Amino acid sequence: MLDFTFKILVTDALLYLLVTAIIIFIVYARKHEHLSAPWRQIKNKKLAMSALVILGFFVITGFLDSVHIRQEIKIDNTSKNQQQVAQYSNEVLSLLDLLLTKMRQQTEKTYSAPFAINSFTKEVADGEQGKPVLYYPRLKYGGAHLQAQDSRIYDIGKRLLWALFWTLSVLVFCILLIAKITDSKNNIENKHINIATRLKNIISGNTNTPWLTILLVMSIPVFFISSIAELGPYYHIMGTDQVGNDVLYKSIKSIRTGLLIGTLTTLIILPFAVVFGITAGYFRGWVDDLIQYIYTTLSSIPSVLLIVAAILSLQVYMTNNPESFATLIDRSDIRLLFLVMILGVTSWTGLCRLLRAETMKLRELDYIQAANSLGVRHRRIMSRHIFPNLMHIVLITVVLDFSGLVLAEAVLSYIGVGVDPTMDSWGNMINGARLEMAREPLVWWNLTAAFVFMFILVLAANIFSDAVRDAFDPRLRKA
Amino acid sequence: MIAYIIRRLLYAIPILIGINLLTFTLFFMVNSPDDMARVHLGVKRVTTEAIEAWKTDRGYDKPLLYNYKESGIKSFSNTIFFQHTVRLFVLDFGRADDGRDIGRDIRQRMWPSLAIAVPTFIVGILLNITFAMLLAFFRGTYVDVWGVVLSVAMMSISIMFYIILGQLIMSKLWHLLPISGYDSGLRALKFLILPVIIGVVSGIGAGSRLYRTFYLEEINKDYVRTARAKGLSSLQVLFKHVLRNAMVPILTGVVAIIPLLFMGSLVMESFFGIPGLGSYTIDAINQQDFAIVRAMVFLGSILYIFGLVLTDISYTLVDPRVRLE
Repeated sequence: MLDFTFKILVTDALLYLLVTAIIIFIVYARKHEHLSAPWRQIKNKKLAMSALVILGFFVITGFLDSVHIRQEIKIDNTSKNQQQVAQYSNEVLSLLDLLLTKMRQQTEKTYSAPFAINSFTKEVADGEQGKPVLYYPRLKYGGAHLQAQDSRIYDIGKRLLWALFWTLSVLVFCILLIAKITDSKNNIENKHINIATRLKNIISGNTNTPWLTILLVMSIPVFFISSIAELGPYYHIMGTDQVGNDVLYKSIKSIRTGLLIGTLTTLIILPFAVVFGITAGYFRGWVDDLIQYIYTTLSSIPSVLLIVAAILSLQVYMTNNPESFATLIDRSDIRLLFLVMILGVTSWTGLCRLLRAETMKLRELDYIQAANSLGVRHRRIMSRHIFPNLMHIVLITVVLDFSGLVLAEAVLSYIGVGVDPTMDSWGNMINGARLEMAREPLVWWNLTAAFVFMFILVLAANIFSDAVRDAFDPRLRKA
Repeated sequence: MIAYIIRRLLYAIPILIGINLLTFTLFFMVNSPDDMARVHLGVKRVTTEAIEAWKTDRGYDKPLLYNYKESGIKSFSNTIFFQHTVRLFVLDFGRADDGRDIGRDIRQRMWPSLAIAVPTFIVGILLNITFAMLLAFFRGTYVDVWGVVLSVAMMSISIMFYIILGQLIMSKLWHLLPISGYDSGLRALKFLILPVIIGVVSGIGAGSRLYRTFYLEEINKDYVRTARAKGLSSLQVLFKHVLRNAMVPILTGVVAIIPLLFMGSLVMESFFGIPGLGSYTIDAINQQDFAIVRAMVFLGSILYIFGLVLTDISYTLVDPRVRLE
């Protein structure tokens, strides 16, 4: 029996909170025209929707990696003590780990190239008459099912064809599903069209929402996933690193780190920036002076240096209080949380300044004056009348900041003040790959894997945030 | 204008005190000097005497904020906070944890930092302005569309990939330039070319895309139409009229950075092994040298505030309508 117990890390809990907040926001936005109209505009843009699809796959992966469990350890029943207390493994695994069990467990001795079946480094063995011979040993897992060397390409090709088959099946299924869904009653324009025509419209790209583009873009990650399912257990698709871990597995695990840094930071800064920004702009006077002083002081410190200072003092704290951090995963989790918090401290000032300026404009408008003279409380005016009208600024800033934060993580990890060195992150991968570049022959796959994953995520985020800004920024809409 | 500048510089004092209080909290309150001593001397098996000696050596044996043993003004002045703050305000950075004079290190190491940062900065700005102007000139055409796509793609790549790929291609494969290192005088030139190229290239994407929006904002205004109606060619309008007006938002972002060029780039200097202030900071991080990190935070903040004042002054230079009062 596979029994398990959930283990919720602090960052997991915050991520769940964030997801809840996003769902609440979606429900709220659907009811308010000024928030839902820009989204409808985005929905019809090909590039933005493609980016959103890609982002969606990243988010799902990151979320799967944020549901952590501890499996039950099987204890032999011969023990004298009859009352069985469930024992859980100390190893904390995520759902993603379970899905990729084979890739996680099949570790080689050291480097191996992508799809290799022999090791990257030579080993010494006793040859004939006791003479030492140098040779490339077969890998323990990579291509271990193959009998003869020459069948490798054929084997990979066969598995890729299967992956292609799965992709096409998913694609066909999705087309049918979309044709069915767009039939729903609130969609007036498609109401009287039969399903065959709708199918034709989707395939010829003749729809308002660019379904054809979305499906084509979607088929790329689907093909990628089915290739992993087909090839992952048999080969190291992106090779292995210095200690023999699967590089592709590490890159996929890094998605969570990148996403958490990009999203949790904004979750942490939002309350501060919104409350401080609105109160400063609304009350003016000494409140404004004080808040301005705080954020000028914070933004005067170059952010890298502030992060360095904060992480250094965290390190000292951790060295002197080792008892507070029981396991390795708790330790790296706290460090990630702290990094996110300190990134938040360095980046809330920009949003706060924008919100203050906008509030100062809003408070002079007639409807606020009217509310004031009717005796509505300040707190109510700020929350009911001012905050909803600042929502677009908050949204634009949050989306725009995301890609910068993902990139910042890599740089900080390289400097040594980023996430814990034991944690999977693209920054740590790049940091490790730096010395591999000097090797002969080149070990290129670590760097390439980190590059490809990071580039796709940041590019998709950049494209999407551009679309969000264009749709929500009233100044641009006029032009 | 002089009165304005003096007032701005006076405003800086409370901000600097605030910054000092913050770093002080991080380094002395979250972790007491005892903790720092223990980290430096090894966590286990360290005697109390050794800790006391370490603290006395660095002047950390005083009370943090308030000295109960003294009376009057001395109960504030004979504390770690006061002594450190006063010394930082006269730019005396004191000694690093390993005993070296931080001020001397900074004076020595700022030149290599500047040698990379200044050319990168100047060439970068000029190239960004030019590319942005090209994009704005061809606005709405395929050149513009693909230019923007390329910019977005280029700004999606982490600076570290530019550095690693640059080193790999230019130095390891083509053997054109040394991979890293530094030399004194003019011989340093060959070590500077690669970092400068990489610094410029990595900034082009974000820079030209941003400046393009500044141009496009100006280009729809009435004065542009008037100038075109007078018979000026669109290139003339772009260079003479639009560029001057777009300079204001460009300067906002650019001038504030100039003083920070002293600080160098952490990543650049550490990858290329350049003995500047950036790698100084990284070394301090690796050795957990708090005195250096504290000094760099303070220096960086001073330079940043200085940059803001410079920005205001630069406005008056490009836009005669702006008056500082």
